[in-house]
Amino acid sequence: MEELLSLFVKAVFVENMALAFFLGMCSFLAVSKKVETAMGLGAAVVFVLAVTTPLNNLIYKGFLQEGAMVWIHPSFESIDLSFLNFLTFIATIAATVQVVEMVLDRYMPALYNALGVFLPLIAVNCAILGASLFMVERDYDLVQSTVFGLGSGVGFLLAIVALAAIREKMRYSNVPPALRGLGITFIVTGLMSIAFMAFAGIQL
Amino acid sequence: MATNKEIVLDPLLSNNPIAVQVLGICSALAVTTKLETSIVMSLAVTVVLMGSNFIIASIRKFIPPSIRIIVQLTIIASLVIVTDQILKAFVYDISKQLSVFVGLIITNCIVMGRAEAFAMQNTGKAAVADALGNGFGYSIVLLLVGFFRELLGSGKLLGFSVFPLVSEGGWYQPNGLMVLAPGAFFLIGIFIWVLRWRKPELVTAD
Repeated sequence: MEELLSLFVKAVFVENMALAFFLGMCSFLAVSKKVETAMGLGAAVVFVLAVTTPLNNLIYKGFLQEGAMVWIHPSFESIDLSFLNFLTFIATIAATVQVVEMVLDRYMPALYNALGVFLPLIAVNCAILGASLFMVERDYDLVQSTVFGLGSGVGFLLAIVALAAIREKMRYSNVPPALRGLGITFIVTGLMSIAFMAFAGIQL
Repeated sequence: MATNKEIVLDPLLSNNPIAVQVLGICSALAVTTKLETSIVMSLAVTVVLMGSNFIIASIRKFIPPSIRIIVQLTIIASLVIVTDQILKAFVYDISKQLSVFVGLIITNCIVMGRAEAFAMQNTGKAAVADALGNGFGYSIVLLLVGFFRELLGSGKLLGFSVFPLVSEGGWYQPNGLMVLAPGAFFLIGIFIWVLRWRKPELVTAD
Protein backbone atom coordinates (compact mmCIF):
# COMPACT_ATOMS: atom_id res chain seq x y z
CA MET A 1 0.00 0.00 0.00
CA GLU A 2 2.71 2.47 0.98
CA GLU A 3 4.61 1.60 -2.14
CA LEU A 4 1.56 2.38 -4.26
CA LEU A 5 1.04 5.70 -2.52
CA SER A 6 4.65 6.59 -3.19
CA LEU A 7 4.22 5.62 -6.85
CA PHE A 8 1.17 7.88 -7.08
CA VAL A 9 2.90 10.88 -5.52
CA LYS A 10 5.89 10.30 -7.76
CA ALA A 11 3.72 10.19 -10.87
CA VAL A 12 1.87 13.37 -9.89
CA PHE A 13 4.75 15.57 -8.76
CA VAL A 14 8.25 14.26 -9.30
CA GLU A 15 7.74 12.65 -12.69
CA ASN A 16 5.07 14.99 -13.89
CA MET A 17 4.11 14.01 -17.44
CA ALA A 18 4.05 17.53 -18.83
CA LEU A 19 6.80 19.27 -16.89
CA ALA A 20 9.39 16.53 -16.46
CA PHE A 21 8.86 14.34 -19.53
CA PHE A 22 7.34 16.92 -21.88
CA LEU A 23 4.53 14.58 -22.85
CA GLY A 24 1.26 15.96 -24.14
CA MET A 25 2.97 19.29 -24.82
CA CYS A 26 0.97 20.09 -27.95
CA SER A 27 -2.37 20.14 -26.17
CA PHE A 28 -0.69 21.46 -23.02
CA LEU A 29 0.27 24.63 -24.89
CA ALA A 30 -2.74 24.85 -27.18
CA VAL A 31 -5.56 24.33 -24.67
CA SER A 32 -4.19 26.33 -21.72
CA LYS A 33 -5.60 29.74 -22.58
CA LYS A 34 -8.54 29.45 -20.19
CA VAL A 35 -8.84 27.63 -16.85
CA GLU A 36 -12.23 26.24 -17.80
CA THR A 37 -11.15 24.48 -20.99
CA ALA A 38 -7.93 23.38 -19.32
CA MET A 39 -10.06 21.69 -16.64
CA GLY A 40 -12.07 19.90 -19.35
CA LEU A 41 -9.01 18.57 -21.14
CA GLY A 42 -7.32 17.64 -17.87
CA ALA A 43 -10.33 15.66 -16.68
CA ALA A 44 -10.54 13.81 -20.00
CA VAL A 45 -6.83 12.94 -19.81
CA VAL A 46 -7.16 11.61 -16.23
CA PHE A 47 -10.08 9.46 -17.30
CA VAL A 48 -8.52 8.01 -20.44
CA LEU A 49 -5.13 7.43 -18.77
CA ALA A 50 -6.70 5.59 -15.87
CA VAL A 51 -8.50 3.28 -18.30
CA THR A 52 -5.93 2.69 -21.05
CA THR A 53 -2.78 2.13 -18.98
CA PRO A 54 -4.12 -0.94 -17.11
CA LEU A 55 -5.84 -2.16 -20.28
CA ASN A 56 -2.60 -2.00 -22.24
CA ASN A 57 -0.88 -3.70 -19.33
CA LEU A 58 -3.29 -6.62 -19.60
CA ILE A 59 -2.81 -6.85 -23.36
CA TYR A 60 0.95 -6.66 -23.09
CA LYS A 61 1.21 -9.26 -20.35
CA GLY A 62 -1.39 -11.49 -21.96
CA PHE A 63 -0.38 -11.46 -25.61
CA LEU A 64 2.67 -9.45 -26.59
CA GLN A 65 5.40 -10.24 -24.08
CA GLU A 66 7.79 -13.06 -24.86
CA GLY A 67 6.18 -16.33 -23.82
CA ALA A 68 3.00 -14.53 -22.76
CA MET A 69 0.69 -16.70 -24.84
CA VAL A 70 1.49 -19.92 -23.01
CA TRP A 71 -1.98 -19.75 -21.46
CA ILE A 72 -3.51 -20.31 -24.90
CA HIS A 73 -1.33 -23.24 -25.86
CA PRO A 74 2.03 -24.43 -24.48
CA SER A 75 3.58 -24.47 -27.94
CA PHE A 76 3.30 -20.67 -28.13
CA GLU A 77 6.06 -20.35 -25.57
CA SER A 78 8.70 -18.97 -27.92
CA ILE A 79 6.51 -16.34 -29.53
CA ASP A 80 7.63 -12.78 -28.85
CA LEU A 81 5.27 -10.17 -30.25
CA SER A 82 6.58 -7.25 -28.21
CA PHE A 83 7.68 -5.44 -31.39
CA LEU A 84 3.99 -4.94 -32.12
CA ASN A 85 3.46 -2.92 -28.96
CA PHE A 86 3.23 0.54 -30.61
CA LEU A 87 0.61 -0.60 -33.07
CA THR A 88 -1.42 -2.43 -30.46
CA PHE A 89 -1.27 0.33 -27.87
CA ILE A 90 -2.32 3.08 -30.25
CA ALA A 91 -5.17 0.93 -31.53
CA THR A 92 -6.30 0.21 -27.96
CA ILE A 93 -6.15 3.89 -27.10
CA ALA A 94 -8.07 4.99 -30.19
CA ALA A 95 -10.70 2.30 -29.59
CA THR A 96 -11.00 3.13 -25.88
CA VAL A 97 -11.45 6.81 -26.62
CA GLN A 98 -14.18 5.96 -29.10
CA VAL A 99 -15.96 3.64 -26.65
CA VAL A 100 -15.65 6.09 -23.77
CA GLU A 101 -17.10 8.78 -26.00
CA MET A 102 -20.13 6.67 -26.90
CA VAL A 103 -20.75 5.50 -23.32
CA LEU A 104 -20.53 9.01 -21.95
CA ASP A 105 -22.82 10.32 -24.66
CA ARG A 106 -25.42 7.71 -23.78
CA TYR A 107 -25.30 7.65 -19.98
CA MET A 108 -23.64 10.86 -18.81
CA PRO A 109 -24.54 13.59 -21.29
CA ALA A 110 -23.54 16.37 -18.88
CA LEU A 111 -19.97 15.06 -18.58
CA TYR A 112 -19.92 14.38 -22.33
CA ASN A 113 -20.80 17.97 -23.10
CA ALA A 114 -18.23 19.22 -20.62
CA LEU A 115 -15.42 17.18 -22.18
CA GLY A 116 -16.69 18.00 -25.67
CA VAL A 117 -14.11 18.17 -28.43
CA PHE A 118 -11.28 17.11 -26.15
CA LEU A 119 -12.08 13.42 -26.09
CA PRO A 120 -11.25 12.65 -29.75
CA LEU A 121 -8.14 14.86 -29.53
CA ILE A 122 -6.83 12.71 -26.73
CA ALA A 123 -6.22 9.73 -28.99
CA VAL A 124 -3.17 11.52 -30.33
CA ASN A 125 -2.06 13.04 -27.03
CA CYS A 126 1.40 11.62 -26.45
CA ALA A 127 0.92 11.57 -22.67
CA ILE A 128 -1.49 8.66 -23.11
CA LEU A 129 0.76 6.55 -25.32
CA GLY A 130 3.76 7.65 -23.26
CA ALA A 131 2.23 6.29 -20.05
CA SER A 132 1.67 2.91 -21.68
CA LEU A 133 5.23 2.79 -22.99
CA PHE A 134 6.65 3.78 -19.60
CA MET A 135 4.52 1.05 -18.06
CA VAL A 136 6.22 -1.52 -20.33
CA GLU A 137 9.68 -0.07 -19.80
CA ARG A 138 9.34 -0.11 -16.01
CA ASP A 139 7.60 -3.46 -15.89
CA TYR A 140 4.61 -2.44 -13.74
CA ASP A 141 1.97 -5.01 -12.77
CA LEU A 142 -1.76 -4.41 -13.15
CA VAL A 143 -2.32 -2.54 -9.86
CA GLN A 144 0.81 -0.47 -10.24
CA SER A 145 -0.10 0.54 -13.77
CA THR A 146 -3.58 1.63 -12.68
CA VAL A 147 -2.07 3.80 -9.97
CA PHE A 148 0.58 5.09 -12.37
CA GLY A 149 -2.02 5.94 -15.03
CA LEU A 150 -4.21 7.75 -12.55
CA GLY A 151 -1.26 9.61 -11.02
CA SER A 152 0.09 10.71 -14.39
CA GLY A 153 -3.35 12.00 -15.33
CA VAL A 154 -3.74 13.97 -12.11
CA GLY A 155 -0.26 15.42 -12.60
CA PHE A 156 -1.15 16.55 -16.11
CA LEU A 157 -4.41 18.08 -14.88
CA LEU A 158 -2.58 19.96 -12.14
CA ALA A 159 0.05 21.32 -14.50
CA ILE A 160 -2.33 22.42 -17.27
CA VAL A 161 -4.76 24.14 -14.88
CA ALA A 162 -1.89 25.96 -13.16
CA LEU A 163 -0.50 27.11 -16.52
CA ALA A 164 -3.94 28.27 -17.68
CA ALA A 165 -4.38 30.30 -14.47
CA ILE A 166 -1.01 31.97 -15.01
CA ARG A 167 -1.84 32.72 -18.65
CA GLU A 168 -5.15 34.30 -17.66
CA LYS A 169 -3.31 36.66 -15.31
CA MET A 170 -0.60 37.33 -17.85
CA ARG A 171 -3.03 39.11 -20.12
CA TYR A 172 -2.56 42.17 -17.92
CA SER A 173 1.22 42.26 -18.13
CA ASN A 174 3.33 44.00 -20.70
CA VAL A 175 5.18 41.25 -22.55
CA PRO A 176 7.58 42.22 -25.40
CA PRO A 177 5.62 41.84 -28.67
CA ALA A 178 7.85 39.14 -30.17
CA LEU A 179 7.62 37.05 -27.04
CA ARG A 180 3.82 37.18 -26.75
CA GLY A 181 1.83 33.99 -27.06
CA LEU A 182 3.94 30.91 -27.56
CA GLY A 183 7.30 32.37 -26.49
CA ILE A 184 6.29 33.57 -23.04
CA THR A 185 4.29 30.39 -22.50
CA PHE A 186 7.46 28.37 -22.95
CA ILE A 187 9.36 30.54 -20.47
CA VAL A 188 6.54 30.29 -17.92
CA THR A 189 6.41 26.52 -18.37
CA GLY A 190 10.15 26.43 -17.78
CA LEU A 191 9.72 28.32 -14.51
CA MET A 192 6.90 25.97 -13.47
CA SER A 193 9.14 23.05 -14.30
CA ILE A 194 11.83 24.46 -11.97
CA ALA A 195 9.21 24.73 -9.25
CA PHE A 196 8.19 21.12 -9.77
CA MET A 197 11.81 20.02 -9.55
CA ALA A 198 11.65 20.99 -5.90
CA PHE A 199 9.55 17.86 -5.40
CA ALA A 200 12.39 15.60 -6.47
CA GLY A 201 13.64 13.53 -3.60
CA ILE A 202 10.26 13.31 -1.86
CA GLN A 203 9.90 9.81 -0.48
CA LEU A 204 6.89 8.56 1.40
CA MET B 1 -0.12 26.17 -56.48
CA ALA B 2 3.18 26.41 -54.69
CA THR B 3 6.18 24.95 -56.43
CA ASN B 4 8.06 22.09 -54.88
CA LYS B 5 10.92 24.43 -54.00
CA GLU B 6 8.58 26.67 -52.03
CA ILE B 7 7.04 23.67 -50.31
CA VAL B 8 10.50 22.57 -49.14
CA LEU B 9 11.82 25.99 -48.13
CA ASP B 10 8.74 27.46 -46.49
CA PRO B 11 8.68 25.27 -43.33
CA LEU B 12 12.37 25.87 -42.61
CA LEU B 13 11.81 29.18 -40.85
CA SER B 14 8.72 31.18 -41.76
CA ASN B 15 6.36 28.24 -41.27
CA ASN B 16 8.53 26.21 -38.90
CA PRO B 17 6.63 23.20 -37.51
CA ILE B 18 7.81 23.71 -33.94
CA ALA B 19 8.06 27.46 -33.57
CA VAL B 20 5.12 28.54 -35.73
CA GLN B 21 2.75 25.61 -36.25
CA VAL B 22 3.28 24.40 -32.63
CA LEU B 23 3.57 20.77 -33.70
CA GLY B 24 5.81 18.05 -32.34
CA ILE B 25 7.04 19.87 -29.28
CA CYS B 26 7.15 16.92 -26.86
CA SER B 27 10.00 15.13 -28.55
CA ALA B 28 11.82 18.34 -29.39
CA LEU B 29 12.15 19.04 -25.69
CA ALA B 30 12.80 15.56 -24.42
CA VAL B 31 15.56 14.19 -26.64
CA THR B 32 17.71 17.29 -26.92
CA THR B 33 19.91 16.84 -23.86
CA LYS B 34 22.66 15.73 -26.22
CA LEU B 35 23.49 16.58 -29.81
CA GLU B 36 23.86 12.93 -30.76
CA THR B 37 20.32 11.93 -29.74
CA SER B 38 18.97 15.07 -31.41
CA ILE B 39 20.58 14.05 -34.71
CA VAL B 40 19.22 10.51 -34.54
CA MET B 41 15.76 11.73 -33.57
CA SER B 42 15.71 14.32 -36.40
CA LEU B 43 16.63 11.64 -38.90
CA ALA B 44 14.04 9.21 -37.56
CA VAL B 45 11.24 11.78 -37.67
CA THR B 46 12.17 13.00 -41.15
CA VAL B 47 12.26 9.45 -42.51
CA VAL B 48 8.93 8.50 -40.91
CA LEU B 49 7.40 11.76 -42.10
CA MET B 50 8.53 11.20 -45.68
CA GLY B 51 7.29 7.63 -45.68
CA SER B 52 3.92 8.42 -44.16
CA ASN B 53 3.32 11.50 -46.33
CA PHE B 54 4.21 9.58 -49.47
CA ILE B 55 2.09 6.51 -48.66
CA ILE B 56 -0.89 8.52 -47.50
CA ALA B 57 -0.74 10.85 -50.48
CA SER B 58 -0.50 7.91 -52.88
CA ILE B 59 -3.54 6.13 -51.48
CA ARG B 60 -5.52 9.21 -50.46
CA LYS B 61 -8.25 8.55 -53.02
CA PHE B 62 -8.94 5.11 -51.52
CA ILE B 63 -9.15 6.17 -47.87
CA PRO B 64 -12.77 6.60 -46.74
CA PRO B 65 -12.98 9.95 -44.91
CA SER B 66 -14.78 8.50 -41.89
CA ILE B 67 -11.95 6.16 -40.91
CA ARG B 68 -9.01 8.18 -42.21
CA ILE B 69 -7.51 8.81 -38.76
CA ILE B 70 -7.23 5.09 -38.02
CA VAL B 71 -5.75 4.42 -41.47
CA GLN B 72 -3.21 7.20 -40.99
CA LEU B 73 -2.32 5.98 -37.51
CA THR B 74 -1.81 2.44 -38.74
CA ILE B 75 0.50 3.54 -41.55
CA ILE B 76 2.48 5.80 -39.22
CA ALA B 77 2.68 3.15 -36.48
CA SER B 78 4.00 0.55 -38.94
CA LEU B 79 6.68 2.94 -40.18
CA VAL B 80 7.66 3.77 -36.60
CA ILE B 81 7.97 0.08 -35.72
CA VAL B 82 10.35 -0.41 -38.66
CA THR B 83 12.37 2.65 -37.60
CA ASP B 84 12.50 1.45 -34.01
CA GLN B 85 13.73 -2.00 -35.04
CA ILE B 86 16.42 -0.47 -37.28
CA LEU B 87 17.59 1.82 -34.48
CA LYS B 88 17.69 -1.09 -32.05
CA ALA B 89 19.71 -3.15 -34.52
CA PHE B 90 22.33 -0.58 -35.49
CA VAL B 91 22.58 2.08 -32.76
CA TYR B 92 21.38 0.22 -29.68
CA ASP B 93 22.85 2.63 -27.12
CA ILE B 94 21.18 5.66 -28.63
CA SER B 95 17.91 3.81 -28.99
CA LYS B 96 18.08 3.04 -25.26
CA GLN B 97 18.63 6.74 -24.50
CA LEU B 98 15.72 7.78 -26.69
CA SER B 99 13.63 5.23 -24.74
CA VAL B 100 9.92 5.79 -25.27
CA PHE B 101 10.36 8.76 -27.55
CA VAL B 102 10.90 6.69 -30.69
CA GLY B 103 7.49 5.13 -30.10
CA LEU B 104 6.07 8.55 -29.46
CA ILE B 105 6.84 9.58 -33.05
CA ILE B 106 3.46 7.94 -33.73
CA THR B 107 1.66 10.58 -31.76
CA ASN B 108 4.08 13.29 -32.85
CA CYS B 109 1.72 15.94 -34.11
CA ILE B 110 4.01 16.81 -37.02
CA VAL B 111 3.47 13.45 -38.66
CA MET B 112 -0.29 13.37 -38.06
CA GLY B 113 -0.65 17.09 -38.78
CA ARG B 114 1.15 16.95 -42.13
CA ALA B 115 -0.70 13.79 -43.15
CA GLU B 116 -4.02 15.42 -42.37
CA ALA B 117 -3.25 18.93 -43.63
CA PHE B 118 -1.12 18.23 -46.67
CA ALA B 119 -0.83 14.62 -47.79
CA MET B 120 -4.60 14.08 -47.95
CA GLN B 121 -4.95 16.79 -50.63
CA ASN B 122 -1.78 16.55 -52.66
CA THR B 123 0.16 14.25 -54.97
CA GLY B 124 2.86 11.92 -53.68
CA LYS B 125 5.67 14.06 -55.09
CA ALA B 126 4.47 17.26 -53.45
CA ALA B 127 3.87 15.39 -50.22
CA VAL B 128 7.47 14.15 -50.12
CA ALA B 129 8.66 17.73 -50.70
CA ASP B 130 6.43 18.89 -47.85
CA ALA B 131 7.76 16.13 -45.61
CA LEU B 132 11.36 17.08 -46.44
CA GLY B 133 10.70 20.72 -45.64
CA ASN B 134 8.92 20.02 -42.38
CA GLY B 135 11.45 17.37 -41.39
CA PHE B 136 14.28 19.86 -41.91
CA GLY B 137 12.37 22.58 -40.09
CA TYR B 138 11.98 20.23 -37.14
CA SER B 139 15.62 19.16 -37.35
CA ILE B 140 16.89 22.76 -37.33
CA VAL B 141 15.19 23.43 -33.99
CA LEU B 142 16.27 20.08 -32.55
CA LEU B 143 19.89 20.51 -33.58
CA LEU B 144 20.07 24.08 -32.30
CA VAL B 145 18.55 23.18 -28.94
CA GLY B 146 20.63 20.00 -28.70
CA PHE B 147 23.80 21.94 -29.56
CA PHE B 148 23.30 24.54 -26.83
CA ARG B 149 22.07 22.08 -24.21
CA GLU B 150 25.03 19.76 -24.59
CA LEU B 151 27.57 22.58 -24.91
CA LEU B 152 26.34 24.62 -21.96
CA GLY B 153 25.12 21.70 -19.88
CA SER B 154 28.16 19.46 -20.01
CA GLY B 155 30.79 21.39 -22.00
CA LYS B 156 30.86 18.74 -24.71
CA LEU B 157 29.75 18.29 -28.30
CA LEU B 158 28.95 14.80 -29.59
CA GLY B 159 30.79 13.48 -26.53
CA PHE B 160 34.03 15.38 -27.24
CA SER B 161 35.13 17.89 -24.66
CA VAL B 162 34.92 21.46 -25.98
CA PHE B 163 35.01 23.46 -22.77
CA PRO B 164 37.33 21.76 -20.25
CA LEU B 165 35.32 21.26 -17.05
CA VAL B 166 36.31 22.56 -13.64
CA SER B 167 36.05 19.06 -12.24
CA GLU B 168 38.69 17.91 -14.73
CA GLY B 169 41.06 20.80 -14.11
CA GLY B 170 39.62 23.15 -16.77
CA TRP B 171 37.80 26.45 -16.39
CA TYR B 172 34.16 25.73 -17.40
CA GLN B 173 31.59 25.31 -14.65
CA PRO B 174 28.79 23.31 -16.35
CA ASN B 175 25.30 24.77 -16.18
CA GLY B 176 23.25 21.89 -14.80
CA LEU B 177 19.97 23.62 -15.56
CA MET B 178 20.51 23.10 -19.30
CA VAL B 179 20.49 19.32 -19.00
CA LEU B 180 17.28 19.36 -16.98
CA ALA B 181 13.76 19.99 -18.25
CA PRO B 182 13.54 23.76 -17.64
CA GLY B 183 16.57 24.47 -19.83
CA ALA B 184 14.77 23.02 -22.84
CA PHE B 185 11.71 25.19 -22.25
CA PHE B 186 13.82 28.33 -21.95
CA LEU B 187 15.87 27.58 -25.07
CA ILE B 188 12.82 26.96 -27.25
CA GLY B 189 11.15 30.06 -25.80
CA ILE B 190 14.23 32.10 -26.71
CA PHE B 191 14.36 30.52 -30.19
CA ILE B 192 10.74 31.57 -30.80
CA TRP B 193 11.51 35.02 -29.44
CA VAL B 194 14.45 35.53 -31.82
CA LEU B 195 12.52 34.11 -34.78
CA ARG B 196 9.58 36.43 -34.22
CA TRP B 197 11.81 39.40 -33.59
CA ARG B 198 13.48 38.82 -36.97
CA LYS B 199 10.16 38.09 -38.70
CA PRO B 200 7.59 40.45 -37.17
CA GLU B 201 4.78 39.11 -39.38
CA LEU B 202 4.71 36.00 -37.17
CA VAL B 203 3.90 37.92 -33.98
CA THR B 204 0.57 36.85 -32.48
CA ALA B 205 -1.83 38.87 -30.35
CA ASP B 206 -1.62 37.16 -26.98
